[in-house]
Amino acid sequence: MALEPILTARGLVKRYGRVTALDNADFDLYPGEILAVIGDNGAGKSSMIKAISGAITPDEGEIRLEGQPVSFRSPIDAQKAGIETVYQNLALSPALSIADNMFLGRELRKPGIMGDVFRKLDRTAMEKFARDKLSELGLMTIQNINQAVETLSGGQRQGVAVARAAAFGSKVIILDEPTAALGVKESRRVLELILDVRRRGIPIVLISHNMPHVFEVADRIHIHRLGRRLTVINPKDYSMSDAVAFMTGAKLPAEAIAA
Amino acid sequence: MSETTTASTASQPSQEFEKVLTGSATQVASFDTHDKTAIQKFQHFLHGSPSAVPLIVLVLSVAIFGIILGGKFFSAFTMTLILQQVAIVGIVGAAQTLVILTAGIDLSVGAIMVLSSVVMGQFTFRYGLPPVVSVACGLACGALCGYINGLLVARMKLPPFIVTLGMWQIILASNFLYSANETIRSQDLAAQAPLLQFFGNNIKLGGAVFTYGVIAMVLLVGVLWYVLNHTAWGRHVYAVGDDPDAAELAGVNVKRMLVSVYTLSGLICALAGWALIGRIGSVSPTAGQFANIESITAVVIGGLSLFGGRGSILGMIFGALIVGVFSLGLRLIGTDPQWTYLLIGVLIISAVAIDQWIRKVAG
Repeated sequence: MALEPILTARGLVKRYGRVTALDNADFDLYPGEILAVIGDNGAGKSSMIKAISGAITPDEGEIRLEGQPVSFRSPIDAQKAGIETVYQNLALSPALSIADNMFLGRELRKPGIMGDVFRKLDRTAMEKFARDKLSELGLMTIQNINQAVETLSGGQRQGVAVARAAAFGSKVIILDEPTAALGVKESRRVLELILDVRRRGIPIVLISHNMPHVFEVADRIHIHRLGRRLTVINPKDYSMSDAVAFMTGAKLPAEAIAA
Repeated sequence: MSETTTASTASQPSQEFEKVLTGSATQVASFDTHDKTAIQKFQHFLHGSPSAVPLIVLVLSVAIFGIILGGKFFSAFTMTLILQQVAIVGIVGAAQTLVILTAGIDLSVGAIMVLSSVVMGQFTFRYGLPPVVSVACGLACGALCGYINGLLVARMKLPPFIVTLGMWQIILASNFLYSANETIRSQDLAAQAPLLQFFGNNIKLGGAVFTYGVIAMVLLVGVLWYVLNHTAWGRHVYAVGDDPDAAELAGVNVKRMLVSVYTLSGLICALAGWALIGRIGSVSPTAGQFANIESITAVVIGGLSLFGGRGSILGMIFGALIVGVFSLGLRLIGTDPQWTYLLIGVLIISAVAIDQWIRKVAG
């Protein structure tokens, strides 16, 4: 593991009225690792992830990507910087086709005059790309890449969203509860995909409530509690019940920050 | 192809119950296409092609009126007359379609149309500008009105219904104040600024009469169909109407999309204003009073969802033509014109009921 973190956050603060969702939260992601983020409901996991992925702008604090300070005003900014996120609500447009959804916001245009002047979309290329990515994922039993996303099951929609992130994320991929809506077999596929993405050298942030999944794939586990980072543990040194104890406040970690 | 991950690199199932997965069935779910009644198949077909319902209704209504009225209705002249009567609503309906696809509604389309036509006329006759410049000013005026609508909807986050209800009154009042309720006569236009009546010109093919306004409507709908279906901007219109939050997270600049849609809608309304001068011959600040309601009617009968993101612009044009066929057909039969309104009311409600039924496919 390299010493320089690829993505860091220091002292993030986000208030919603009188609620402080993020209270001086810190965050570090190292190249090539899978970092799991766990915490109770309302601990501020989602707010922190949204700050990193550009969906919200923190009131205070600094985010650095590859050492450079960044300030994302929208998810588009974060995507341009190479941070791709799969949100819990998936962010798909139900009436559009699978291929259209995968390329939403970064469509391919036909080469030559049709694309430059008439802005015609290169449907063939987009469909082929979408089909390849879904096949790689192996999660799909889709016959028609042009069918509307609303005709897919929950698991299939999840697959489309994960495939989109895996296809376009160049620096960091953030997955918010990627296995929450999936069956046993589909969850396994997504975990395999996560490991596959890491093998390609792209670090992953995994937010999950599923302890077995977290302990299986994560290199480090970031435990979030009361709006800030409580500790980071190595899953090899702790048990699942330790992690649950830390995140619920039943037990305090011995050291300030591990791993 | 999914089994490429080898045992050494793949994650090891961490839980006992997952071990049995290696022996799990590899067969995939298939979409059943056999055990369906004809009605269910039809329902799926309609779900896949949203403009099919209005097209079927259109063909049926033409056939029925043709049978009742015979050659009087089934002539090239009558058919193209319907097109001429529908041209303005069709152009305004195209603007309305764009806005409704983003889950908005534009009540100010008619007012923008009339104000733009008045600007074209008054700039020529009051200030003596060349007609070309006046037309450009009229188009710019329409685009500006749309731009204001877009800003209020996208930046101020006001509901489109409220914004355009207010703008409707504001623009219509501006129109009467500015024009001093003055009509510019057709003879004056023909003598001094024939360009303003450009869309009134026509091409005759046998009995068929195609005004430039009709041709403009067909070209406009064709171009917008292409843009909506084959460009990124068009797909974003649907995405924004479908689920704006999802579109934003996926990387669509929703605010900019909304502003561009309302601005383009205003520009198209101004084009309708120009075509309106050609249709009625004169520039009248009281023309086109019902264009907003008529355009919404065409869109709804055309099977577009008022909740946004669904439907085709072709449906809108079929919807406008259905209204045109009913109006002219019933007039030729000689019934009280109120029957037309009654039937259009029935059509609107039926169109939405059918839309709900079709959507159960996806549910």
